[in-house]
Amino acid sequence: MSEATADESGRDRAEMARWIRDRGVYVALAALFLLNVVVTNNFLSVGTISLQLVEVVPILLVSLGLALVIGTEGIDLSVGSVMAIAAGVLPLYLGYGWVAALIVTLLAGAVIGLLNGVMVAVVGIQPIVATLAVLVGGRGLAQVIAGGRQVRITDEGILALARTRIGGVVPLSVLIALAVSALVAWIVKRTVFGHQLLAIGGNRKASVFSGLPVRRILIGVYAASGVLAALAGVLATARLGASDTPNVGQLIELASITAVVVGGTPLSGGQVRIVGTVAGAVLMQLLTATFIMNNLPYTWAQMIQAGIIIAAVYIQSNRT
Amino acid sequence: MSDSSTDTRTDSADPVLSLRGVTVRFPGVTALADVDFDLRAGEIHGLVGENGAGKSSLIKILTGVYQATEGEVHYLGEQVSFATPGDAQDAGIATIYQEVDLVPLMTVAQNLFIGRAPRTRWHTIDFTAMNERAKDVLADFGIPVDPTTPLQRLGLGVQQMVAIARSVSQDARAVIMDEPTSSLEAAEVDTLFEVIRRLHDRDVAILFVSHRLDELFRICDQVTVLRDGHLVHSGPLDELDRGGLVAKMLGRELVGKQTQQRDHDPDDHDDRPPMLEVSGLTRMPTLDHVDLQVRPGEVLGLAGLLGAGRSETARAIMGIDTIDEGTVTIDGQPLRTGRPRRAVAAGVALLPEDRRSEGIIPDLSIRENIALAALPQLSKAGVVSESAVDDLVDSFMQRLDVKASGPDQKVRELSGGNQQKVMLARWLCVEPRVMIMDEPTRGIDVGAKVEIRELIDELAEQGLAIVLISSELDEVVEESDRVVVLRDGEVAGRLEGERVTEDELMQVLASGGDEQ
Repeated sequence: MSEATADESGRDRAEMARWIRDRGVYVALAALFLLNVVVTNNFLSVGTISLQLVEVVPILLVSLGLALVIGTEGIDLSVGSVMAIAAGVLPLYLGYGWVAALIVTLLAGAVIGLLNGVMVAVVGIQPIVATLAVLVGGRGLAQVIAGGRQVRITDEGILALARTRIGGVVPLSVLIALAVSALVAWIVKRTVFGHQLLAIGGNRKASVFSGLPVRRILIGVYAASGVLAALAGVLATARLGASDTPNVGQLIELASITAVVVGGTPLSGGQVRIVGTVAGAVLMQLLTATFIMNNLPYTWAQMIQAGIIIAAVYIQSNRT
Repeated sequence: MSDSSTDTRTDSADPVLSLRGVTVRFPGVTALADVDFDLRAGEIHGLVGENGAGKSSLIKILTGVYQATEGEVHYLGEQVSFATPGDAQDAGIATIYQEVDLVPLMTVAQNLFIGRAPRTRWHTIDFTAMNERAKDVLADFGIPVDPTTPLQRLGLGVQQMVAIARSVSQDARAVIMDEPTSSLEAAEVDTLFEVIRRLHDRDVAILFVSHRLDELFRICDQVTVLRDGHLVHSGPLDELDRGGLVAKMLGRELVGKQTQQRDHDPDDHDDRPPMLEVSGLTRMPTLDHVDLQVRPGEVLGLAGLLGAGRSETARAIMGIDTIDEGTVTIDGQPLRTGRPRRAVAAGVALLPEDRRSEGIIPDLSIRENIALAALPQLSKAGVVSESAVDDLVDSFMQRLDVKASGPDQKVRELSGGNQQKVMLARWLCVEPRVMIMDEPTRGIDVGAKVEIRELIDELAEQGLAIVLISSELDEVVEESDRVVVLRDGEVAGRLEGERVTEDELMQVLASGGDEQ
């Protein structure tokens, strides 16, 4: 083989790796969708599809926040506990009306996020350690807030978040998740905050040297992740019709990190792919559902998910 | 030239370590070229050279980190090839690095005996025996420390000595010290030298790398000078004076060529108040009361040998490193140092020496990199105006002639010269009043070098106050109106007007230290 062709095949391979990294998640999602059309009974029904979308809403909202955090070369493990805190806070303020309760709950998420951000950006604790502490302590705090009981939610406003279907077809919660996705994508692409957060993730030292408000941006990113997790907690609670602080959001940090990574956002920071994150969240949900809908053992789905995670990280490591 | 004569001491012992015709090549770079070098028992051998001269490559060959592309390494008379640093260490070549490579959480004794601690019958570590033996070792070196103290409680200097005691208690025949004094206080250096002398008395061969010339003259008896990968001198140190040594490091004799200075009349600026005024800037042990002033439209050269405190001065002004005392004023307004953000807001820009790790954001596009510092000005209510960014980026890419496929190309894919232009554009977007350039032409090709130098002139003419840090004498002399020379963190001399010549600069670089 001459040098030129060796060179070319090397470039071809690099280009293919980039193509898979950029579009792999969409291809995989389309393939899995088609597979279900063929093998799953009644898959192409409004009921089945909208159920899948409703299921994915909390994971997607949490993933959006995580995508921002991961874009700064950080991580937020506390998201599941923030959901629990949201579930605990929400019923306490329903007496003031559901709008007030929603606002207070989102603020609670912001406060926990600020705590994470201050620990990371000001105190200098590694993100994985700081947010792990909040993961552990936050769940406890949530149960203290809730008094250790499951509280049934009867407020019509909150329940409507889960039950309303626009035009009788599209679930409101799915529309909320889509709107938030669009908002986050816009923030990343168009705002100073978004540009600066990518720069900080891409080279923190250079960002400090260039006079960027590094601490403020980092704190803002963790606060955003907290708010999004709290919103996920509200929607999950609304769907369940009860505040279930011990169980809501358990292990969601792992599902969300998976969605972000599979969606093409590198863990090394400096890039955020919001559309990819949406596709990643839907892909992982659909994968689980495929097994359940076809009465296959769920254990297999878990192992395939593991394979997908490793493949996604491997593809990202072939940076060109 | 008598420079390259390897040795004048025919009476001495066979070398402990020697290199014969060693060449080390990396893709595109020759780090060491055909080097012959001997290190003998009982000598303290200084190794000097400027950045990129090949010092660290030479050390890495001796310690098994690199393998020679060509040539042979001999140890105790036999040809050897150390595959790993562990091999070299096992053979008796100890290396003391600039950064202490010990375990901070363990005690002094544990550190001394890592991996070879005395065992009890039950194969657990025999702490009593270990602490006893550690006490002996420490006493041997005159290190006044309790062996049960956790290492992290000790000062850096003492940690450094523990590192030495550790490597040498392993029956080392050769000890290689890579800038062991760079983070030490003066008193700690004295203690370190005492330890080195004790090693010397035991006939250990010592290779001492330092860029502090006075230390070299205090402790070394032999010296080897590297320049651009070539060995340019090796012999007894007392054959050279300070000036001769500096001349060999820089590759110029004191009666060098006369270079043309910038054709600025320095009097032009004298009536204007300084834009940047630094006084008493101190950060021990690297900076000691540095004073300097730069007027608008003036280029101040900041010269000095490696480690003299040039970059440290820049970092302190910018607020990257905190300072112990001193003041910085910008256009008469005092600057609260300590945060780069405040310096940027006051109109100070720094072109960092290490472009890759401190300057560019490699995975972002040229466009994002250029707009980075100016984003707040290019936005309304936090929303970036894409058209304003495009206009600005286009105009700067044109003005600086950035060669790229387009503004969306990733900066990591650009050549060094074009990356530097992107960095310059990033700063020019915010219209700074003071620009500090740390080695702005290092590692970039000749063409881009010329362009960047022209740009320095242009910016000065537009009224910027510029601080130019450069290791290239001709660059400093040609570009600067005035020059401040640093040595060991202090101002060693100032050159103005007609005195801004390479000769004068060499004189100041070479003189020094002795009178104090």
